[in-house]
Amino acid sequence: MTKHSGRMACGIAATLSLIFAAAPALAQDAAAKIDAADTAWMISATALVLMMTIPGLALFYCGMVRKKNVLATMAQSVACTALCSLLWFAVGYSLSFTGDAPALGTFERLFLRGIGMEATSAFAPTIPELVYVVYQMAFAIFTVALIAGAIADRMRFSAFLWFVSGWLIFVYVPIAHWVWGGGFLAGIGVLDFAGGTVVHLNAGVAGLVAAYVLGKRHGYGTDNFAPHDLSLAVIGTGLLWVGWLGFNGGSALGANARAAFAITATHLAASTGALTWMFLEWWTRGKPSVLGLITGAIAGLGAITPASGFVLPWHGVVIGLIAGAICFWACTWLKLRIGYDDSLDVFGVHGIGGATGTLLTGVFAVAALSASPDTPEGSPGLLEGNARQVLIQFYAVGAVLIWSGALTYVLLKAIDFLLPLRVSQQHEIEGLDLTQHGEALK
Amino acid sequence: MGDEFMKLVIAIIKPFKLEDVRDALVALGVQGMTASEVTGYGRQKGHTEIYRGAEYAVNFLPKIRIEVAVPSDRAAAVVEAIIASAKTGQIGDGKIFVTTIDQAVRIRTGETDVDAL
Repeated sequence: MTKHSGRMACGIAATLSLIFAAAPALAQDAAAKIDAADTAWMISATALVLMMTIPGLALFYCGMVRKKNVLATMAQSVACTALCSLLWFAVGYSLSFTGDAPALGTFERLFLRGIGMEATSAFAPTIPELVYVVYQMAFAIFTVALIAGAIADRMRFSAFLWFVSGWLIFVYVPIAHWVWGGGFLAGIGVLDFAGGTVVHLNAGVAGLVAAYVLGKRHGYGTDNFAPHDLSLAVIGTGLLWVGWLGFNGGSALGANARAAFAITATHLAASTGALTWMFLEWWTRGKPSVLGLITGAIAGLGAITPASGFVLPWHGVVIGLIAGAICFWACTWLKLRIGYDDSLDVFGVHGIGGATGTLLTGVFAVAALSASPDTPEGSPGLLEGNARQVLIQFYAVGAVLIWSGALTYVLLKAIDFLLPLRVSQQHEIEGLDLTQHGEALK
Repeated sequence: MGDEFMKLVIAIIKPFKLEDVRDALVALGVQGMTASEVTGYGRQKGHTEIYRGAEYAVNFLPKIRIEVAVPSDRAAAVVEAIIASAKTGQIGDGKIFVTTIDQAVRIRTGETDVDAL
């Protein structure tokens, strides 16, 4: 999208919003549908999720790259936030969360038209629709920003912006529709409370594909790639962990007991994940690193995400433990075995963690907690005697994996046709801060 | 003219010994010194850092380099003082080099050679 068509789009947006947003000014008493407590919580949760990207993820990632790429890594998070926000406003929300079609939404909410004071989404009937819009926007932003970790240190900024735009629309939006927007995965009864498939597996697979397409960093395996400043990564982890209470807790879409179950399982999974990784590293490498602690926590958080509102607290502990162990294995053994350069382990942590958690949701789901207007009896998991749920979860993992992997590959190849995805080797050696952005840390 | 009158004593020491060395030189009456952070290695090998799956051998270790300009007749005493205060007995204590200074000037007053030290 060029600067010119972007300005034209803004003009169209202004016009359309004037035409379509004006109407429902008189509907005062329809506020009975909108619950104040739910709305207050969801606005707060939106802020928490947004914080997870800026500055949570920005710090988490930038602390782990080399000094010469710190600013560039942060720029990716910030630019991603801004770009995804506008694209979500324009078409993203509409194509994700409207209509009944199994594959994609409609254009009825193009540029958020037609949303009045009392409008609500069918998916979140007790909060204003715009709150739902921005809440989901924060999820979209986070998912796309995650991918940047896989291609850190080597992607051209212009190509990155193109990638962000295309990936949001062609990969994230369809999957969000399938799982949360009334699409075919929701139709078969997949359980994904806050984004094990939509966010983590999706970003993880995309990251892996991107890491392959872009190729390894210059000097990978021989040069010293030690993190610039892990204290920044720890701070980022704190913001992510705390923000995740909004990510998972807010996915209850209301201030209710399910949110309470969600944040409890979330927090316990993070804790268990951190300790599991710590002990595994202590045992296998002799010392418990702080990088291991924070990575384990994120692994636990990613894995509990699809399960959080559907499981009991002790399930959160178990899921955290399993995720910590599996992601540890993925990042320390599998990665070396397969030989990909996923700079910041997006696949090892979010991809594997998200998939693990999605499958475990099928194991641990509690019928009482997973009850919804569409399924009043709830969806029990394996432990409650319903093995079929695990198969449904497998199917969802497969669908997301295939779509994300294939479309990410096609998108990258298409962009590569227009401009190089990587910076030149000389620029990579000099560092992205200076060569892509003209800036440097002292 | 002024050759061999002044010596520059350069010492590479372990960073945590800087204050001890400074105290010892002040006690000797040395007026000033320059300290810089450097990295280096000798017989003391580096260490290995592990970040998730990746191991990095770090061969260079942080050291402090101090430079002290003294009249030639003080040089030996300065070297003794540095050895006594910087030594730990462990590998990596560092080294001292003594070179000759051709010329010295105090910028503020223009004093030269030994008067500038």
